[in-house]
Amino acid sequence: MEMIEKIINGDRKVAAKLITLAENDFNQAQNILKELYSYTGNALVIGITGPPGAGKSTITDQLTKSLRKQGKTVGIVAIDPTSPFTGGALLGDRIRMQDLSTDQGVFIRSMGTRGNLGGLSPATQSTVRILDALGKDIIFIETVGVGQAEVEIVKVADMVVLITMPGMGDDIQIIKAGIMEIGDILVVNKADKEGCERLVTEIEMMLDFNPKSKWRPPVLKTIAIDNIGIQELLQEINNHLKYLNESGELEQRRQESAKKEIFDLIQEKWKEILSSSINNGFLNKIAAKIVKREEDPYTAVKKLSNILIHSYTQGGMNK
Amino acid sequence: MDKKKIRVLVAKPGLDGHDRGAKIVARALRDAGMEVIYTGLRQTPEQIVETAIQEDVNVIGLSILSGAHTHLFPRIMELLKENKVEDIVVIGGGVIPEEDIYELKKIGIAEVFTPGTNTKDIIKFIQEKVK
Repeated sequence: MEMIEKIINGDRKVAAKLITLAENDFNQAQNILKELYSYTGNALVIGITGPPGAGKSTITDQLTKSLRKQGKTVGIVAIDPTSPFTGGALLGDRIRMQDLSTDQGVFIRSMGTRGNLGGLSPATQSTVRILDALGKDIIFIETVGVGQAEVEIVKVADMVVLITMPGMGDDIQIIKAGIMEIGDILVVNKADKEGCERLVTEIEMMLDFNPKSKWRPPVLKTIAIDNIGIQELLQEINNHLKYLNESGELEQRRQESAKKEIFDLIQEKWKEILSSSINNGFLNKIAAKIVKREEDPYTAVKKLSNILIHSYTQGGMNK
Repeated sequence: MDKKKIRVLVAKPGLDGHDRGAKIVARALRDAGMEVIYTGLRQTPEQIVETAIQEDVNVIGLSILSGAHTHLFPRIMELLKENKVEDIVVIGGGVIPEEDIYELKKIGIAEVFTPGTNTKDIIKFIQEKVK
């Protein structure tokens, strides 16, 4: 395919168009993505996550500049929220990355979440693969500013850098489940602000409770806007990569992600099949019965599932 | 379901630091359901065009209040042609004299919106242009 050839030869225009297609019409994009797949898997994918305003874009910008000095090429997928009311989005992550925009070794794509709730956009995985095929060595995924439960990044990234800052709440926030559990490297940015030392201590104390894991996430202090602590962060990224490779965890994680992706894609596929195979009139009839209490929803669904499974094993499924 | 969204790059070329107008337009387009990529102040034509390519936008909205539009707008149009992305619709906004508007349209700027324009008109213009 001509498009594939162009992308693996570094044509950023074609890559940009394919990302758009993946966002707008995933079914059609799959036909190209499947051909592209064998050219992917070479990039290291790093998730950058944390609350709004913690400094995700600035840290991504600084890390990218350092990596460029080492001669590495970089792809950035920067995600900002889509309005659930209008469907519109203001994608502003590039404001902190202005110096990178004319560097041919860097490709940045801004995306709206378009209804996704996990901190990523629906086409994030596809976009990472396209940038991977485009030849980028390192790919950063900058999630939306996350709160507590948006942890989808662990499905797509090889490692996760969690960025937080002083003044976000008391120590209970740190021991809550969710976001604090996913960082392989923890960064306290804006370290010149009051409360930094206390926050670092609290995070270290939280980590003391997880002695089972072989990797203890390092806690780093940065002042990203002044480029302080960025070299140390890069060093820790390298350390973690070494650990992932030597322990076999990278392979393991990627397999786990592949499993999750298969499951997600199958669910999507089945949703499609279901919504096209259940007759609306039939559904209305059952719904009316349920409202009148002639039938309960649990039994109705069980019966309906049996009918569907039966009809697929009789015909459609295997073809 | 049609998930196509209009993508607009709102950029401020040149050296003036007045971005209130650009922000208001960005916000209005967002509320009209578009995806707006906002890049901030002091963008060079090269930065703007490269960003437009990577972000695969349908529209570039340029805001300029410094008077340098007669220099910056033609350069951007030139770069779009060089990169073979001249299908991107380019609109301008800001303090731009009537006689310059005629010249800008001649080089391919689709429309120029001067102070006092209702944001609804900008939205309508974009929606009709990008179909």
